[in-house]
Amino acid sequence: MHGQPTEFLFPNDHGSVAWTVMIVLYPYITGLVAGAFVVAALYHVFGKKELAPVARFALAASFSFCAFATMPLLLHLHQPQRAFNIMFTPNFTSAMAGFGFIYSFYLILLAVEILLVFRDDIVDRARRGGVEGLLYKVLALGVTTQTPGSRALDHKWISVLSVIGIPAACVLHGYVGFIFGGVKANPWWSTALMPVIFLCSAIVSGVAMLILLYVLACKFRRVAVDDECLRSMMRTLWLFLILAVALEELELLNMAYENGSEWAMLSRLIAEKLHFSFTWLQLVLGSLVPFFLLAIGMRRGLHPGVRIGLGTVSGLLVLIQVAAMRWNVVIGGQLLSKSFRGFNSYVPEFGGREGLGVALLVFSLPFVLLFALSRILPLWKTDAADAH
Amino acid sequence: MSCKPQGCPSCHPPADMAPDPSRREFVWDAIRTFSFGALTLTALPILVSEADADDDAKAAAPPPDAASPTTGAGKDKGKRTVLFGYLVDTNKCIGCGSCMLACKNENDVPDDQFRTWVERYVYYKDGRVEVDTCTSGNFSFDQKPALDPKVVDKAFFVPKLCNHCVETPCIQVCPVGASFMTQEGVVLIDHDRCIGCAYCVQACPFGTRFINHKTNTADKCTWCYHRVVKGEKPACVEVCPTGTRIFGDINDPDSDISKVLAANRIDVLKSYLGTRPKTRYMGLTAEVV
Ligand code: SF4
Ligand code: SF4
Repeated sequence: MHGQPTEFLFPNDHGSVAWTVMIVLYPYITGLVAGAFVVAALYHVFGKKELAPVARFALAASFSFCAFATMPLLLHLHQPQRAFNIMFTPNFTSAMAGFGFIYSFYLILLAVEILLVFRDDIVDRARRGGVEGLLYKVLALGVTTQTPGSRALDHKWISVLSVIGIPAACVLHGYVGFIFGGVKANPWWSTALMPVIFLCSAIVSGVAMLILLYVLACKFRRVAVDDECLRSMMRTLWLFLILAVALEELELLNMAYENGSEWAMLSRLIAEKLHFSFTWLQLVLGSLVPFFLLAIGMRRGLHPGVRIGLGTVSGLLVLIQVAAMRWNVVIGGQLLSKSFRGFNSYVPEFGGREGLGVALLVFSLPFVLLFALSRILPLWKTDAADAH
Repeated sequence: MSCKPQGCPSCHPPADMAPDPSRREFVWDAIRTFSFGALTLTALPILVSEADADDDAKAAAPPPDAASPTTGAGKDKGKRTVLFGYLVDTNKCIGCGSCMLACKNENDVPDDQFRTWVERYVYYKDGRVEVDTCTSGNFSFDQKPALDPKVVDKAFFVPKLCNHCVETPCIQVCPVGASFMTQEGVVLIDHDRCIGCAYCVQACPFGTRFINHKTNTADKCTWCYHRVVKGEKPACVEVCPTGTRIFGDINDPDSDISKVLAANRIDVLKSYLGTRPKTRYMGLTAEVV
């Protein structure tokens, strides 16, 4: 009786992987877009008033990440000059063909919602003279009068856009999961759960990023962290972390329990190739530890300083969890040769178009934009302040 | 499986019945299929082959400009539609690697990338099974140490190439339609359209696609489309000294490939994925993927 052959890679699978660290970064950034938007929507649509201090900032953060979400893709394409063909000559049987449209729709939606949310301030400043006034006149789209009627209409549209934005965010990120989930050639990817897993981890990453940025910005601006707001974000994070991790692990458990032909290699993939990034980073450090930290940190009556500490550390760990998860899915899935008999290897280079250096640079750009936005728009003003 | 060459009249209607063997032919096929089906249960095998014929014809749906000098049959009244197929008889392969060399020369394939390759399966008496390839030098397994017959149960070679599937995941996922199928069922890539996203590389279950280092676009075996439309054989088929690789029109009952397909038990790779390869195999074992 002969056993199963091992250690054989199809010759084209040798060497590097087709989707590099840029394709790890792409779902990471889109995830932050969707996650940050959900926080804004929790305030605008679900009436979570305690999130008021971050509601506007969340929207701006979502927009900033969205503005650079396509950059890793462009850097990855081997013929980037033809990128727009995805929209000009789309092949609609491709899961990827919808990207341009869904993405553009979402970016426009975010931009319009931001212009409406900040409309009062923009109109106000449009009356100023000089270049500054001109900038705000452009942002006011030329209409520099506000009446109670127009204000009411703006608010109505903000609600409408937020309501549309929720399914749009789900589509945007669920869709990213579908790009992987729909590849039947790859047993590590091919599961109907993939879109849902991506969506939950997107929300997790967005909320975690907001917690971090909120705490940092408060320090930077020398104002006190709003305890209720932070606590609310930590509770949201805790809930979605449980959901995301449960789904991620259930999917694996299911594969392990079914013990199909692919499991022999997938279990080896986890044990040998992804041991550190999966077991330690994604599972222990990124999921278990923040689960406990958040459980403690969201208790009522906790000392605000302790809450800030626990929130910040959990936020950071969860961001690492999601980055590890993206890596494990995108890179992990490609390490297994299509022969299902051996493993490829991939160590990202630092230099080069698809290197870590450029990836870090691209990842820093949304923060630069967010900072710029904070200079021209009052991101920290709350509606309550408006009312006064 | 494709429509078999011994074919029912509906798969290969006489010339006078097929004034425009494209859309109208399908309609007739469908009508005939239904009436046969209604008449008798014994028509079941016909139904199956009809459905397959439809699929294969669908697979052969051309991009607008894919008609070729010899095979633009769909346009010529009364001519049969050519549907290319490929058969690998692994029983005959000796692992000489001539095909790989010919392919590299014919298609200017980069050194470390492969449109075709040959795998060697070695079954040892102690239960081990080892698979390897020979991807350097002249690609001949002669360069490797000889196997010791005393410790080996059996060993054989399996050439691999694009399967030119009927249900192609690679064409399905291409976001810009750069991957397409010709009228004759050949899966090709338009290198002027490909954006190099590599989604097709991920989607092909057989590892046959790669991003060509030289062209920076997706690449894979074309069954030497530039040759076969002129009536020549693919370079690998031409040089194979043992007749392992057979290429031809599977819609022509008299072609070599049709005869071998009809008379033998035929396999395809990873059939469970439902891609319905048109590159077929003889002599596979369960270990070959
Ligand atoms: S073998 Fe791969 S590249 Fe060739 S047609 Fe099938 S899926 Fe496409
Ligand atoms: S690499 Fe080229 S052929 Fe392949 S899916 Fe992308 S655009 Fe299409």
